[in-house]
Amino acid sequence: MKTLGEILLKQTPFSEIVMGNTALVRAMIESHTRVITSYPGSPTPEIAEAIRAIPKEKRPFYFEFSVNEKVATEVAYGAAVNGHLATVFFKSVGLNVAADTFVQLSLMNIIGGMVIVLGDDPGANSSQNEQDNRHYACLSYTPVFEPASPTEIYTFYKAAAKLSKDKGMPVILRLTTHICHAKEKIDFQGWHDRELDKTPRFDTKNGPYVPIAADVFPMKRKALQRLETVEKYADQSPLNQIFDHGNSNRGVITMGLPFLSLMDVLEFADNKPDILKLGMVYPIPVKMVEDFLRVHIEVKILEELDNVIEKEIKKLAYDRQLSTKIFGKMDLEDWIGEYTPDKVFEILKKTWPDLLTAMDAPKDMVSSAPARPPQMCPGCGHRSAFHAIKKALRDTDITVADIGCHTLGFLPPYQMGELLMCMGASTAMGSGLSLFNDTRNVVVFLGDSTFFHAGLPGIINALFNNHNVTLILMENGTTAMTGHQDHAASGQNFNEPTDKIPLRRVLEGLGVRHIYEIDTYQQAKLTEMVKDAINIKEFSAVIARHPCMLKFTREQRRKPGYQPRRVDIDQQKCHRLYECIRDFGCPTFTQMADGRIEIHPDLCIGDGSCVQTCPSEAISMPKVV
Amino acid sequence: MKSFNIYLTGVGGQGIGLLSEILLRSADHAGLKVKAVDTHGLAQRGGVVISHLRFGEKVFSPLIFRNQADLVIALERHEALRGLNSALKDNGTLIYYDTVWQPLEVRINSADPVTKEMIQRICRKRNIRDLPIFKADLKDARMQNMVVLANIERNKLIPGIKKEHYDEAMKDLMQGTMLKTNLKLFEEERRR
Repeated sequence: MKTLGEILLKQTPFSEIVMGNTALVRAMIESHTRVITSYPGSPTPEIAEAIRAIPKEKRPFYFEFSVNEKVATEVAYGAAVNGHLATVFFKSVGLNVAADTFVQLSLMNIIGGMVIVLGDDPGANSSQNEQDNRHYACLSYTPVFEPASPTEIYTFYKAAAKLSKDKGMPVILRLTTHICHAKEKIDFQGWHDRELDKTPRFDTKNGPYVPIAADVFPMKRKALQRLETVEKYADQSPLNQIFDHGNSNRGVITMGLPFLSLMDVLEFADNKPDILKLGMVYPIPVKMVEDFLRVHIEVKILEELDNVIEKEIKKLAYDRQLSTKIFGKMDLEDWIGEYTPDKVFEILKKTWPDLLTAMDAPKDMVSSAPARPPQMCPGCGHRSAFHAIKKALRDTDITVADIGCHTLGFLPPYQMGELLMCMGASTAMGSGLSLFNDTRNVVVFLGDSTFFHAGLPGIINALFNNHNVTLILMENGTTAMTGHQDHAASGQNFNEPTDKIPLRRVLEGLGVRHIYEIDTYQQAKLTEMVKDAINIKEFSAVIARHPCMLKFTREQRRKPGYQPRRVDIDQQKCHRLYECIRDFGCPTFTQMADGRIEIHPDLCIGDGSCVQTCPSEAISMPKVV
Repeated sequence: MKSFNIYLTGVGGQGIGLLSEILLRSADHAGLKVKAVDTHGLAQRGGVVISHLRFGEKVFSPLIFRNQADLVIALERHEALRGLNSALKDNGTLIYYDTVWQPLEVRINSADPVTKEMIQRICRKRNIRDLPIFKADLKDARMQNMVVLANIERNKLIPGIKKEHYDEAMKDLMQGTMLKTNLKLFEEERRR
């Protein structure tokens, strides 16, 4: 078997099929990146999984999952101004959390170099929006490299790291979901470790590092001057490429995944337009773009999400008084969703109706499959919690969700968590909902990883300003949604065991007067507790705890002598009340054509949390099968 | 060679990831140029998992055009229908493991379940080869993917990939008892 950890550290050149996220790790190793930080979030967690594949003592760098993206950025920055090449990676919306720190970076002289790897999510595959983070680059004068494939992640990171180190400025490597997760064979170069220079090189002479008052303007001037030099760099960079099809009428300027889609779409074109593929999307290679505009009568800007490049290019054309016809976004739909091959096909058809030949499409499309929304796993403690909490509330009460697996509670049959914003927002949104409100109880949910990430300020504010909210901490002991990363209450960080920071102790320390605590499988008691908590007319907290059963079951299966268990339904006792399938809603329960309910043998984990939900007591306690 | 597109689908937890990785590496061992991508938003929580695999010289995006897949592989019956509708081209091939993980709407009685006959009818209409697979005496549900793989080999559904390429790919990805059990099942089922 090939082991990823060994592959990643190979000293001689080699070829291997890897996904984009894994290719990034090899690029960081070859670039001698010394400090890497992150907070988990799709589409980037597999970067950390590849790092984990390398035994800790063999890793040529330090890695940590920090408490949130802002903290991760600060740790990386601190290391970088001490002389170490650093990288921070996180998902698209993570940059909003990190923004306060991030926007200052370009003012600083980052002597070690620092690359910010962003996992943007066009198509909102696993995010609450599809924000275009290139706007942040413009806001903060930070260059952006945008690869289109795993191979380009590998080569572009190395170029970005070099540029960052050479110029002492932050550089963004912007990835998108299906570039992170794409797989292909990459030819990797050889690599030899260098001895780590531990000298702490921080020196105020390299600064200033304190952007206060009069110092802000020279620092800003320097940032802008550096950006100008990068503009020249971009014009020389081989990462921007021209695909010349000898077409003097039409050209397309594009980048990233839309470029790949375009290439596939052009298989349906007889007269292919020329293509300028940008590898650097901010600043754009001005001279190259100008030359491309000059030699074409019509140019299409094929750009996913917002019109960032389009504005730059139209400005350029105006300044140079070019007569090229430039097609940008044509309607609202062009701003929405991922630029898949299908989407690009439609966009090009709209732009140049004569360009493409028709694609064969099936004629008889009948009967569609019922939707399959994600749902909580069999045995999930959140299911027991929602089932029990729902019984404590009136229909008019307001429930506020946060980010995490428990967000899925908004789906039928629970419909718990009617508002959602972003990490850590639930308690403060609930506080606002409680103002002037004497009639509808406000209950807010928060996961344990999110509690530490961004949940605390909202809780402290509720105490400080005396808001009447009931907080339910959905504690499952892990960062479950992104693949079970440890957090501050796990007793383990990425590298070693560490002291737990228990949620209860934090709440007590803050002075929360009413704290309840229970395992969510004790559903009846949980119902009573929540009833008590919402009757208190000040801030109260319920710690609704159960370990993540997906993680727990996987761990159990690996143990020797593991015996699978299952519940069973006594068809004699079953009165077909359907509480198990329609209210409790564990995916294990299967509706048969004759009205019977059966247990799905592949899905039941034998946790038994359903047994108490059957009014006819037809579900037996789990037994070894 | 013309490109060959495979759309692999199932429910989170069914072992799509491993099957996809085996197919990808088998194609590489067979000397094909490969691109692939897994799309798995919140799949770990019982949602749909999809893997696109594309083999051939003129392949750019890892994503397949709608209804341009030559082969749809599904590990569950409802997902077989979804893949058939959204991904497979007319005259293509559908192979699926005929198990049912009922989606929410079916369980709460607000949608009809998908039947084997329904799939068969559509396939006949669109001239699609329809291969439902089921192994009644399979002990470990997590090995359904291997039964499907064996039937892919047995029916030679992927041009250019031979038995030894599948073996090599499995040896890249597994070891010990897991490798032995999977190779044994693969061998038995492909000869059946």
